[in-house]
Amino acid sequence: MEAVSRKYSRKYTGWRLFWNTIIARAYPRIVGQQREVSWLVFDLIMPILGVVAYVFVYRALNAPEEYIGFVVMGGAMTAFWMNILWSMSSQLYWEKEQGNLALYIMAPNSMMAILLGMALGGMLATALRAIVVTLIGVWLFGVSFTVTNYVQLILVFMLAMVALYGMGMMMASAFLLFGREAWHMANLAQEPIFLASGFYFPIKSLPFWVAAGASIIPLTLGMDAMRQLIFPTGFKFGFLTVHLEITILAVLCVVFIVTAKVLLGHIEKIAIREGRITESRR
Amino acid sequence: MQNSTSWRSFRMAAWLGWVIESNWTDPFLFAVYSIVKPISGAAILVVMYGIISGGNFDTPLFPYIYLGNAFYIYVGAVMTGVSWAVVDDREHYKTLKYMYIAPINIPIYLLGRGVARFITGSIAVVITIAAGIWFLNVNINFAEVDWLLFIVTLIVGVVMLALLGLLLAGVTLTVARHEGFIGEATAGALYIFSGAIFPLDVLPAWLRPIGYFMPTTYWLELLRRSLVGNVAAAFPTLANFSDLQILGIMVGLSIFFGTISIWVFRWCDKFARERGLIDRTTNY
Repeated sequence: MEAVSRKYSRKYTGWRLFWNTIIARAYPRIVGQQREVSWLVFDLIMPILGVVAYVFVYRALNAPEEYIGFVVMGGAMTAFWMNILWSMSSQLYWEKEQGNLALYIMAPNSMMAILLGMALGGMLATALRAIVVTLIGVWLFGVSFTVTNYVQLILVFMLAMVALYGMGMMMASAFLLFGREAWHMANLAQEPIFLASGFYFPIKSLPFWVAAGASIIPLTLGMDAMRQLIFPTGFKFGFLTVHLEITILAVLCVVFIVTAKVLLGHIEKIAIREGRITESRR
Repeated sequence: MQNSTSWRSFRMAAWLGWVIESNWTDPFLFAVYSIVKPISGAAILVVMYGIISGGNFDTPLFPYIYLGNAFYIYVGAVMTGVSWAVVDDREHYKTLKYMYIAPINIPIYLLGRGVARFITGSIAVVITIAAGIWFLNVNINFAEVDWLLFIVTLIVGVVMLALLGLLLAGVTLTVARHEGFIGEATAGALYIFSGAIFPLDVLPAWLRPIGYFMPTTYWLELLRRSLVGNVAAAFPTLANFSDLQILGIMVGLSIFFGTISIWVFRWCDKFARERGLIDRTTNY
């Protein structure tokens, strides 16, 4: 009797359960990942290697200094895209492979809360890495930033993150149906996205319709707007106006999160019906 | 008997690797997957170059970057192809312990597992270069290509990369949780220090000696020279060396790194057996 009245035996329901599930799933992302120091090192080294290589290409081409800044910013933002691919989209697939997915579904909580927890934890942990990559890039290559509008910059970043992680939640549902191809699909979505979204050059350089198509990925417009807001001559490289990009990002936030909710319910049903929740197709 | 065991280990590992690499989907999607990734990687550099040069693809720097990047696909493919087999077999399929008790030669088996990535890498290299010739005016005159130099360089380089992969495989046997990053980090570092996509002179002077010590630097230089002769003269890095001198340096460094790789693998293999690491899984 005494045991069930203790703190950890308290039963949460409704929004409290939803909130606690988010925190519980975010916890290993925020705290656990920092404990694996060697992972931190690799998480920082990999984007920096890419940044260094592309910076030296621009140096070999005698490119204007703004481009070095674009590469440093793009390199920092790769951390978010990699997090979306490997720790959001593929996550439910990994959980299935390791046998946790069935436990998630059995437990009396919302799968949406689990996805939100993954997103929140991933966003915060990755932001830490992106900041370090940016600082190292700034230190190594002497990049200078001049923010023209802090409010817009924060708004753009937050909207881009919400839309991006909403997209990740949506993709996590789709990946639930994958078997061995999940790893390959995530692997495939790296270089083509770095190209289409203009991680290392202004998206304006691509043909209009290619850039417009790539804008479905929130980082495309997010990076374009941020470049316009933090580099003195950034406005010259802008694909659309910052105001328009903020509006589109806000729309993408709503679309992706609502779609994630609908898709999660639908695909969970299919996966249960077809018996894929506990399968492991190696 | 030893020869037949080695050959059987290599042949079956190559086949197993190919099946693992290719049968996760239908041939069409596999072909798309094999083409899209390398082409996109090359296209990033092409766009970067195009923006800054104003679309002038006729300078010697463009084929330098383009060909260096195309052949660099082999570095990631062959080196990590060999070392990744340890991760795949130990953590994913949990079969490494069975491989160790089977009548096969383990280092040869691991080298064989790299063959599949070598094949897919070769397809990617050919497609990337073909795209460069057809669409981007990469000027390769096949009548003027030094085929002998090209083939000798390619073979020596691929063997050297496979042996470097064996070194990484040995290290991978002894570590947990981040073994997947080892190959990528090594390939990423070599990308910078081998002058793959920019001449070594662009690096700060104190970093250049690292590049001069890497066999991949000379390998990429010789491949470029054999295909597009005048590229070499446009950059001062290795301009004072003849093709034969560079080949000699590359072979010497390949033997040096190959010997170290075999020694390191043997040491790591013994260490992993002693510590019971062959069947360890971490679920990472």
